[in-house]
Amino acid sequence: MSLATFLDLTLSGLVVGAIYALFALGYTLVYGVLRLINFAHSEVFMWGSFAAVWLMMAMGARSGMSIPAAIGFLLLALIAAMAVSGAIALVVEKVAYSRLRHKNAPPLVALISAIGASFVLAEIMGLRDKIAGWVGLDGVLAPYVARARDTTSFPNPLPNVTLFEVADFPVRSNQLIVLFAALIMMVALDQFVRRSRLGRGVRAVSQDPEAAALMGINRDRVIQLTFLLGGLMAGAAALLYLMHIGVTRFNVGFILGIKAFTAAVLGGIGNIRGALLGGLTLGLAENYGSLIFGTEWKDVVAFCLLIVVLLFRPTGLLGESLGKARA
Amino acid sequence: MRRFLDAVGDAPRGVRIAGLVALALLAYALPLLNPPIITTPESDFRAVLFTVASYALVALGLNIVLGYAGLLDLGYVGFYAVGAYTVAVFGSLHGNLPFPLLMVLAVCITTASGLLLGAPTLRVRGDYLAIVTLGFGEIIRLVALNSEWLNGARGITGIPRPPSVELFEIPRLTWEGWVAYVDLGDKSVFMKFALLDATPYYWLTLTVIIFVLFADVLLQRSRVGRAWEATREDEEAAELNGVPTFRFKLLAFAMGAFVGGMSGALFASRQGSINPEPFVIQISILFLAAVVIGGQGNRWGAIVGAIVVAYLPERFREASEFRVLIFGLALLVLSNFRPQGLLPPRRRRRVNRETDRKQQMEGGVVHG
Amino acid sequence: MRPTLKFLSPVAAAALLLTACGGTTGGDTETPAPGSSETSATGEGGGGSCDGVKIGFFGALTGDYANLGQNIRNGVELALNEHNAANAECQVELADFDSAGAPDQAPGLATKAIGDDKVLGIVGPAFSGESKVANPLFAEAGLVHITPSATNPALAENGWETFFRVLGNDATQGPGAAKYIKDVLGAKKVVVIDDASEYGKGLADIVREDLGDLVVENDTIQAKQTDFSATVSKVRAAGADAVFFGGYYPEAGLMVKQLRDAGIEATFVTDDGAKDEGLIVAGGEAANGTIITCPCLPPEEAGGTFAQDYEKEFGAPPATYSAEGYDAAKVLLDGIAEGKTEREALLSYVEDYNKDGVTKKLQFDERGEPSEVSVWAYKVENGQIVPDQEINVAS
Repeated sequence: MSLATFLDLTLSGLVVGAIYALFALGYTLVYGVLRLINFAHSEVFMWGSFAAVWLMMAMGARSGMSIPAAIGFLLLALIAAMAVSGAIALVVEKVAYSRLRHKNAPPLVALISAIGASFVLAEIMGLRDKIAGWVGLDGVLAPYVARARDTTSFPNPLPNVTLFEVADFPVRSNQLIVLFAALIMMVALDQFVRRSRLGRGVRAVSQDPEAAALMGINRDRVIQLTFLLGGLMAGAAALLYLMHIGVTRFNVGFILGIKAFTAAVLGGIGNIRGALLGGLTLGLAENYGSLIFGTEWKDVVAFCLLIVVLLFRPTGLLGESLGKARA
Repeated sequence: MRRFLDAVGDAPRGVRIAGLVALALLAYALPLLNPPIITTPESDFRAVLFTVASYALVALGLNIVLGYAGLLDLGYVGFYAVGAYTVAVFGSLHGNLPFPLLMVLAVCITTASGLLLGAPTLRVRGDYLAIVTLGFGEIIRLVALNSEWLNGARGITGIPRPPSVELFEIPRLTWEGWVAYVDLGDKSVFMKFALLDATPYYWLTLTVIIFVLFADVLLQRSRVGRAWEATREDEEAAELNGVPTFRFKLLAFAMGAFVGGMSGALFASRQGSINPEPFVIQISILFLAAVVIGGQGNRWGAIVGAIVVAYLPERFREASEFRVLIFGLALLVLSNFRPQGLLPPRRRRRVNRETDRKQQMEGGVVHG
Repeated sequence: MRPTLKFLSPVAAAALLLTACGGTTGGDTETPAPGSSETSATGEGGGGSCDGVKIGFFGALTGDYANLGQNIRNGVELALNEHNAANAECQVELADFDSAGAPDQAPGLATKAIGDDKVLGIVGPAFSGESKVANPLFAEAGLVHITPSATNPALAENGWETFFRVLGNDATQGPGAAKYIKDVLGAKKVVVIDDASEYGKGLADIVREDLGDLVVENDTIQAKQTDFSATVSKVRAAGADAVFFGGYYPEAGLMVKQLRDAGIEATFVTDDGAKDEGLIVAGGEAANGTIITCPCLPPEEAGGTFAQDYEKEFGAPPATYSAEGYDAAKVLLDGIAEGKTEREALLSYVEDYNKDGVTKKLQFDERGEPSEVSVWAYKVENGQIVPDQEINVAS
């Protein structure tokens, strides 16, 4: 393996890993306070990605715009994706979880409820042409709803240029933007949960729900907040994913969600820094594994890594510790 | 509904057994009766019945893992795949063993794979088990897809059928509205395993289901069943009371794999050819939904759940575009409004009844 | 309304059955039952009534592959409408068997089609995977079926007498693609990638064999994968001047986009599974310059007024395999128009068929393969798939 190939695989692995990590935060946060796998989180991501695509289409984004305008467009798309993902996450909490939580239903039922919500959210997107047809808007919305079960592409207005070369390997601007944006979002979230009053509430509930309730923390409010935070991060992940991959689809969340969840477990579910470590490890392992064993064994490498890590560290690389928020 | 279930549960033993026998006879007769409304207008009813039966068998297996032992297995389709591939590999691709031997082999290999997968993974705690089993399920599919030895995506054709014993022919009914005619032109040959008529496969699967049900009843009432229940309700307490929880969890995993593998083997033989495509995670989720919808821990619930997830989509094929959407809505509504499942286990029903009575008494005091 | 059961004596029941259900599947039509004269008359009568006769379409109309299925079905529908307009006394209906592309649903649907005695022939199954499961059933029942799109070579090797196809298989497309890469592009270093699917891998393996030493690197991706960074870096490391991808359009579009994003300029060559608008949606501007090989004729090259008629009927130009769907249906309908209103008669009619279709001269060899095939190269230009040139496979 030449140095250029090594750099290539490392950088692209980190980029994908950072997206996994951002996506994984939603699983980790919700698991931290509820001890439940939020199966519908993948759809939260998917809806965010469509929000970004549609906004770009509506604003008429295209390649060849001026750089400041392009950056402005991308920031607006980021806000749209985060807002929609956050809203969908709150809807999921309301529809799939809150009733069951008040009934004290067994956790498996909540999982099935979330699976149901996930199917419904994905299919609404996959049938958007039919749904628009019912309300008579399929003509007006044609560009947005056409080929509903197929891929929709994201018109990225920012040119992708080679910034510099290291050992014959060209480092492209897009990759660096995605990587750094993801890291900034994660640090911001980590600081929020560690330092803010609301963040302390999240940590308190995940450490000891009963004590937190006795201290006057509104558990329902905290749970909603964690869903919202997870949703916002998934929205950001969705935009970065679009910048990196370029397309989305109604079922894009499923496989990616499994990967993100794997990353969360790998790093130690419930642990924000664990999600970052898990995501980056998974992204790198997939890329190196693809080179060594062939790309067809990429997912096998990912799952084997997970199993091996769990055998030796049953609570993931960094352990479950959202409450302590310490590495 | 609840009153009916209680009545069934409390009926004298003789009545219950007579009812079950009648139910079994009806199930055997279904492909011949081809009753209107129940029949599937858009697809072959006999083929659908076989699919439903194989799902019911899988659900019974998963019910042992999930309902009795409380282990969340998201990769159950893996065992189904191992069973199917065993039959295909040793019956067609790398050997030509006869079908009965293949069934035995399939069951042995899936049980072994259950032990093999269970031994390391069952040490992992509850929620982690979900992702680990999901990973294993995917690994099995990906290995089948990418391994040349297993023919990759091309799959395996020419899978042997069970030996036919052509004893006699049974005519079917056809219906004109509500009038039934005996259709002498379209008979099922009793136990002739052929491509066109899935009826013998359905009967075979049904027979397997009945055997599994018997074993299930015996198992659940035995020491093993009580150990599973103890493990499920409180693992630490069970361990402290001398229940070797790990060994019992492993046993549940192996038993589940056993049943799932059997269903996969029957599926492969019926299809005649298989490829890795049907063994995706989504099918594991469907199996899981069958058990939870039906009422985890109740074998009849598992069967009802399997009917819901396998039969209804085929019955209403005209809504096929909206199939998944409707299915998702159904999961959402059922889990929110009937969290205990359609048919909760009898013990759970008794608990509910007790709670009701207590509430009534308390209410009575207030009013009195 | 209460259900009433009427059990009749066996002979009377058989007679009733024959009038009520119009025949049997078991093939024991020789039972000389009273009252069956009407049925046998329709069977023998040349050009007589073809009351309620149907042809079936077997393929994906819902699910992820619905686009492809719908394109073919449109072609079938056009042929059917033309037939019904021209033969007022012989109206044929279309029966849909929507497989959603899933092989595990195929047996039930195939059995259903076989059980419906009015179904005389099938256009389909559309995909190779479902063909493998459904075709043995059709063969056993003697129901003729013509596939407009399943290109796996092995399908013709099973001795299924009822199997026909109106387009060249991958064994002709593969050498065509290899020839184009070698002769037209003059590539010296080729990376061949497949998607591990039966179709994509089968085709890529043929290309690998034909290119021989020119192949400097191989890779296998998985369907539904979206991140191809490892593949991209392999292509970069190999310094390839051409990339061949065997697979379908969603992955093809993403792959060409990610190759261009990484600054790799190697010519991207792919196959008929990628010949869809979806390639351009996923690939965007990066898709321009992509070469697509296909054993299908450009619609504007199709004979007669097919392209205009199609556009008038469906408001869009014909898409991939629409013309093949039309041709397959036409073969069956011609037979029905000539009074072949029994399965057996229609099957032997198709075996001897020899007429010009819109895509090619339609004649089948004993394995059901078309006797005349052509492979075309298409090119993506300004976001449109346009014909490039015919590839002469024979030489």
